[in-house]
Amino acid sequence: MMLLDLLPIALLGGVLGMDVVTFPQAMISRPIVAATVAGAFIGNAPAGLVMGAVLELLALEMLPFGASRYPEWGSASVVGGTLFAMQQRNPAGALAAALFAALVTAMLSGRSMVWLRRMNASLAAREHEALAHGSGRAVTGLQLFGLSADLVRGFSVTLVSMIVFDPLIRAIVASWGTDARYSRAIVVAMVAAVSAGAVWKIFHLVSKARLLFIAGLALGAYILVTT
Amino acid sequence: MTTVKAAPDRKLDAWTWFRMYIRLFAVQGAWNYETMLGNGIAFCTEPALRRLPGGIGGEQYQAAMGRQARYFNAHPYLAGIAVGALTRAELDSVPPQMIERFRTALGGPLGSVGDRLVWASWLPLCSLIALTAFGLGARPLLVIAIFLVIYNIGHLALRAWGLRVGFQRGLRVADALGHPVLRKGPQVVGMLAALLAGVSIPLAAREVIGGGRQLSAGIILLAMVGGVFLARLGGRVEGWRLSLFVLAVFVLFSVIR
Repeated sequence: MMLLDLLPIALLGGVLGMDVVTFPQAMISRPIVAATVAGAFIGNAPAGLVMGAVLELLALEMLPFGASRYPEWGSASVVGGTLFAMQQRNPAGALAAALFAALVTAMLSGRSMVWLRRMNASLAAREHEALAHGSGRAVTGLQLFGLSADLVRGFSVTLVSMIVFDPLIRAIVASWGTDARYSRAIVVAMVAAVSAGAVWKIFHLVSKARLLFIAGLALGAYILVTT
Repeated sequence: MTTVKAAPDRKLDAWTWFRMYIRLFAVQGAWNYETMLGNGIAFCTEPALRRLPGGIGGEQYQAAMGRQARYFNAHPYLAGIAVGALTRAELDSVPPQMIERFRTALGGPLGSVGDRLVWASWLPLCSLIALTAFGLGARPLLVIAIFLVIYNIGHLALRAWGLRVGFQRGLRVADALGHPVLRKGPQVVGMLAALLAGVSIPLAAREVIGGGRQLSAGIILLAMVGGVFLARLGGRVEGWRLSLFVLAVFVLFSVIR
């Protein structure tokens, strides 16, 4: 992809990266949305949705509780969705390689959020006097800085990730030596295990959770067999 | 002991409500490890604080803004309760010490109630609904629409309710946290999500596998063993980090073999 082609993708990563914390937290940054939209951006929404579902199963585990540090799924899903949707005819290894790129991006983007929060804190410290004296301008200025910096952060993370991973994923897919069925099976088993563990961690204190989960599995198995 | 007298009915014009509501979506815009949501609370209350005697730049306005920009933490969706209640307190000229004590007392409950209701219940439930739709073969646009519409009905309503109830009750807003939706919601939503998780995970897995369905038994076995392993580890190992490690090894293996 040319740098010019990457700019809309990076802008999408910036906007969806903002949604994680700063604005508007409508969960357009959730992987199942973000990766699908990224896939649609390059004309392959169904592939984006597959990557979105895989990342969503993983993201169930890391919920955005307050000051905790978590991966940033918005920009990462744009990167994963784009890279997977770009692979024509779904070659063996495309899903695993694009997922790898998305997870690395999620990790780095999560760290960039920590840096941004520290930058916000140091700016707030510099503006302490004005804030203590109730300057509306200082309050609004800090808010606008945080929002703009978050947009730039998501944009930059997406752009750099795409520049690094686009050729890398192509090279990996071209030299992939594992059978396509096994490649997908390993990815699916892994994310299903993580999501099952996550669901248990979240809901094990809910009354009758175990029973309900097993009932759901039975219903799921019935649907699997009959459809 | 100081008591808070119910102030006469106070009203805000629709434009001020609208600006406060819209600003709530950016309440975490300047989130940081020092003042957390503090600056965002001041940002959201600001349109109403302009109504204080003296207007923008007036003594009361500046004192109120200075107070509201201090440290505060809450769940972002329930921050509206704090914004509404603090705005009301400032407009009612409640003594600053009481406002300060109120801010200190309110943050914790708003954080824990919001985390349980939204992050640990509503969001996973909506994700599982979307994954079920995907597993049943819904088209991409429909999956996205299902997730965003259902999730945001709860999201937008919670923010609007919080702002309204906060302003109506002022410093007596603590009662609102006993609302049945906030108290029993996580339990009910959690039960639904537990049921749906059993349905959605296998269905979504089947949809992703595509051509590799012959390996289904092996995948189910691996997923169950892995799920139990991760659940027993509790929070000691993050599944996504483990996945990244496994994927890195698998990618290397597949490229150099």
